[in-house]
Amino acid sequence: MDTQTAPGRFGRYGGRYVPETLVPALQELELAYAEARKDPAFDEQVAQVLREYVGRETPLTPARRLTALWGGAEVWLKREDLAHTGAHKINNTIGQVLLARRMGKKRIIAETGAGQHGVATATACALFGIPCEVYMGALDVERQALNVFRMKALGATVHAVESGSRTLKDAMNEAMRVWVAQVEDTYYVIGSAAGPHPYPTIVRDFQSIIGKEVRTQSIVSFGRLPDAIIACIGGGSNAIGILHPFIGDTGVRLVGVEAGGHGLDSGQHGASLTLGTEGVLHGSRSLVLQDEHGQIIEAHSISAGLDYPGVGPELAHLAKQGRLEVRTATDDEALAAFYQVSRTEGILPALESSHAFARAADLARELGKGKHLVINCSGRGDKDVATIAARGMPAAIRLEGA
Amino acid sequence: MSGEIADAFSRAKARGEGVLVAYAMAGDPDLARSVDVFAACVEGGADILEIGVAFSDPIADGPVIQAASERALKAGSTLRRVLDEVVPAVRERCPHTPLVVMTYVNVVMALGEERYAKLARERGISGTILPDLPPEESLSIRAAFDREGLELIPLCAPTTSPKRAEGIARDARGFVYCVSVAGVTGMRSQLPANLSERLGLVRNVSPVPVVAGFGISSAEQARVVGAHADGVVVGSAIVRAAQADGPDAARQVCADIKQGLRR
Repeated sequence: MDTQTAPGRFGRYGGRYVPETLVPALQELELAYAEARKDPAFDEQVAQVLREYVGRETPLTPARRLTALWGGAEVWLKREDLAHTGAHKINNTIGQVLLARRMGKKRIIAETGAGQHGVATATACALFGIPCEVYMGALDVERQALNVFRMKALGATVHAVESGSRTLKDAMNEAMRVWVAQVEDTYYVIGSAAGPHPYPTIVRDFQSIIGKEVRTQSIVSFGRLPDAIIACIGGGSNAIGILHPFIGDTGVRLVGVEAGGHGLDSGQHGASLTLGTEGVLHGSRSLVLQDEHGQIIEAHSISAGLDYPGVGPELAHLAKQGRLEVRTATDDEALAAFYQVSRTEGILPALESSHAFARAADLARELGKGKHLVINCSGRGDKDVATIAARGMPAAIRLEGA
Repeated sequence: MSGEIADAFSRAKARGEGVLVAYAMAGDPDLARSVDVFAACVEGGADILEIGVAFSDPIADGPVIQAASERALKAGSTLRRVLDEVVPAVRERCPHTPLVVMTYVNVVMALGEERYAKLARERGISGTILPDLPPEESLSIRAAFDREGLELIPLCAPTTSPKRAEGIARDARGFVYCVSVAGVTGMRSQLPANLSERLGLVRNVSPVPVVAGFGISSAEQARVVGAHADGVVVGSAIVRAAQADGPDAARQVCADIKQGLRR
């Protein structure tokens, strides 16, 4: 007997595995969201802010030099790095903070790993004048000092979480605990397409603007839908956002790239779709990195945004169905891709996005000439320059640059 | 077999006492010494033992139990080892005390719900509390537990609507665990004023006893809450005492609370 009785299921995955205290809040959110979706004024409000403030739509940029360099499919970049705050995360936080306001919530909490979601939440809260508290693993607070400063400058309070591995998963645990205690007047903005129902659906819907724009833009730019779309996957919000509008288009290959970290054999990676097993983490049933006893294993990635031992339930379902092709890129491959894209196109991609670029080269060659490949450039690499610089520039790059 | 929990409530009632459900973390500070803590709780007057099995990401727990989880995991605690090494030893030392496991759903899923239910019953576990498994998600696990006669003890929260609380209580096995405050586990100086009302509501419809937990750490709190419930759960206060001063301190906490539960 299976447990597919609950709302928010994607095949075997999803659901709502949370303390009873939170269940009524999630039901309230589910209802409020369903009502908001029926209200054209809400849609228009979100669209207006995205247009006037976030800078949507973001361009679909032809990557002519990468196309020539890789020698395969024509490469196009969906430029989420050009959205306000420098990543796709803002699409979702604008939507959720507007929803919170509509629900009459007095306060916003959020968790963040790399800090992009924290910055995007702090930004939306500043824009609408709502107090904002961000929970962030103490290790990430050290690693992402720039984003911590940005959040504070935007008026948010940043709490360093000292428990567990002191990274994203612990920040999410802590945010959930805080939410349990203050659930009456507090809205929890989850940034990944993970968490208990209805979050994976809400995040997916707000991020789907990426894929919807790609549909229109690809028709305008090259007269048809792309042959393949590739995106990096940590929790999976940018991936589900760009891929979801294409699920029914069987001619479009959907490819996700997970963090291979130090290599899949090393045990230090973030490849939950590739090597995870079915489990329950942060309120939903999905594929997670865990040991045989059900204890969650710390993920590793050079990119803090992919350093998460779980993945959104809808992506887990799509991967199991075979609709989503899953690949991995190691830290070193992502770094090499970062330099390659920077020097070839004049775009510093986020380390997260660099994972997608690392596998896009192979995919472009596989597809061959005359095909069209869209890469989700989910964020910009400015936030990562300290991490990247600390590794030292690879010898080959130094020679080439000299 | 499955009447063990009911018997414990009847015995306490006959003595004119509320039931003390004592929580401690299996494997904290290590597997063997945690057995001493459980035994000490029973010596102090605990009527039911709640055996905590550590999980890496305990979203329903406050800092005291969270830290105990981390210590237990470092000491090599797993659900399998708790069932094989801790539970039989506790059973031997406290043969008349019902044992209830409290852990998170992922830990049970990893072992397999059927396999867990069978092993738990074989080792003498009467019931199980899974704080991240609301009723909507519990059908399959409850069916597996029912087949083995293992009771899935549900939780009810201050945010739960009266209608929903009725549903939870009607389907309850063992007892209903009423969470006294909106929040995670942990000691609190004040409990909500409307707690008695909520407890009354659940008690009215529940076919099984109702206990209150979260935040209870003193005899006085136990007395106040115990007046409106069939018993109380005490966790963080025991875990903290045991960590600071060993089993004797846990025994003392239980004895104090038990004073507050005399009627």
